[in-house]
Amino acid sequence: MISLLAIDPVLKGDLLWTPLLIVVLKVLVVFVTGLVATMLMVWFERKVVAGMGNRIGPNKAGPFGLLQTLADGIKLFFKEDLVPDRADPFVFKIAPFLAFVPAFLSFSIIPLGGDFRGDNGGLVTWFGHTTRVQLADPSIGVLFTLAISAIAVYGIMLAGWSSGSKYPLLGSVRASAQMVSYEAALGLSLAAVILVSKTMSTSGIVTAQSSLGNWNVVATGVVPFIIFFIAATAELNRPPFDLVEAEQELVGGFNTEYSSIRFSLFYLAEFMNTVTMSALMVTLFFGGPQPIAFGSTVIDIPLIPNALEGTLWLFLKTLVFLYTYVWLRATLPRFRYDQLMDFGWKILIPSSLGWFMLLAAQRLGRNEGWNIVVVTGASVLVLIVCYALLQRSFTVSSKQREAEGSMF
Amino acid sequence: MELFVFVCSSIMVLVGALGVIFRKHPVHAALSLVLTLFGVAVQFVSQSAEFLAAVQVIVYAGAIVILFLFVIMLLGVDRAEDLQIEPLTGQRWIAGVVGLGMVGLLTAAVVSGSDALRLRGAGIADPVTGENADANIQQLANSIFSDYVFAFEITSVLLVVAVVGTVLLARRRTGKGMA
Repeated sequence: MISLLAIDPVLKGDLLWTPLLIVVLKVLVVFVTGLVATMLMVWFERKVVAGMGNRIGPNKAGPFGLLQTLADGIKLFFKEDLVPDRADPFVFKIAPFLAFVPAFLSFSIIPLGGDFRGDNGGLVTWFGHTTRVQLADPSIGVLFTLAISAIAVYGIMLAGWSSGSKYPLLGSVRASAQMVSYEAALGLSLAAVILVSKTMSTSGIVTAQSSLGNWNVVATGVVPFIIFFIAATAELNRPPFDLVEAEQELVGGFNTEYSSIRFSLFYLAEFMNTVTMSALMVTLFFGGPQPIAFGSTVIDIPLIPNALEGTLWLFLKTLVFLYTYVWLRATLPRFRYDQLMDFGWKILIPSSLGWFMLLAAQRLGRNEGWNIVVVTGASVLVLIVCYALLQRSFTVSSKQREAEGSMF
Repeated sequence: MELFVFVCSSIMVLVGALGVIFRKHPVHAALSLVLTLFGVAVQFVSQSAEFLAAVQVIVYAGAIVILFLFVIMLLGVDRAEDLQIEPLTGQRWIAGVVGLGMVGLLTAAVVSGSDALRLRGAGIADPVTGENADANIQQLANSIFSDYVFAFEITSVLLVVAVVGTVLLARRRTGKGMA
């Protein structure tokens, strides 16, 4: 049991009431933050998309229409909860929760604040107990997110299948193929981060990114970040990768048959995942709650205690990504399905694998004290040869398929 | 408390395993399999093997069972099957023998290795002080990529062979232009 609880330093030693209360408080805060963030994200997206389309967007409920999501939620809650005649009732009912719960779970390992400067390592002291401003800090850290996002596939897949109807089934088959394919690229670019920061725990990854030059986006050389961003967008089923709910082709996609609160759970899960992924990207590549620092000069926000300042930095950095996601939705047209698969398998996975090997060779060269120029030259040469072979195999296979008369 | 976790996860594993066998619907059976895999993952965590637990969920629940479901959905065999038909003659009988053999093997392994199992090695993270948090992963990496590197590589070659073979078998049907 102790081994289960030791993921938080507050629980070292005897089990006392104060630490237990702190943990319960953290759970509540994370849950409520998640819900409120989702609510605001829905509003933010509608407002920004409206602005980009030269409209006004929600402006009636509450100041600036802030309460629009709440109003929509209450309306959906009171609608009739339909279960289609041909549906598989149990799976149909459980699927929305399989989508909703993972969205919250992966939020629990993100450092939400704390003072990472100097040797603090993100530890804060509350009521005489040392703890981290994150719900859990398991040693497997980021792998936990991968595991959780693997579970999230089930929600969408089973929702489509159990509806007992063609369009949702097509949507869910698309979704699962897409999410499983892009998970590979996601994991490979994550491996680059783990290689550079030498640890898997999220707090460790944040601690290692003390100044702008140490940020993983720089330390891993931008490419893993770009791949991670694209793969994460696909993993979230957000535009331009939202083939899952392509209205023109699939009616509403996997959630066509859903109504009432179950529909809103899918909706919430989607936006919650967007918030979580953005925060995760900030954690992995942009220093999480660390303030922006050039060398040893830290941009300090005056008047706010350092521990709270972390939360503010995380919020600001995450907001940039959230805006980017909305921006993408307003700008880019949807991919075609074969384009999507080609892009994932023929471009993202090989390039993330190649970049990972390059980083690994660099690390080995530095450890063994080899000439860095020779190492780089040799690895680039190997990569070029591999690229040429890959391209050759693509040409050969597409020629063969043409000869057989298949389309793609 | 450890006993409580063990009992709960064992119930998960057993219910899932029975579900795989007795649920008539292939999709329900696959979902029961996921329940079993999760129970095993919980047991890994309670034995401080978090990495194994994560890999278990990512690979088995996240990829393999998803593929099972994918095939079930695409082939449209998602109807209850007639259990009276035996696709291969003697299949049930052989399955019974193999199952009993596996039980025997596992029991023998647990009994003969019980001394080794009781020792907690130096590489296991200390749950109380939180030291050695990464030791688990480092030990695994060391044995996979140095001590047993050839076995590991051969396994990956085996997988590649399987993939190539599948592609070849699947494409042969279209006939003509194959080299």
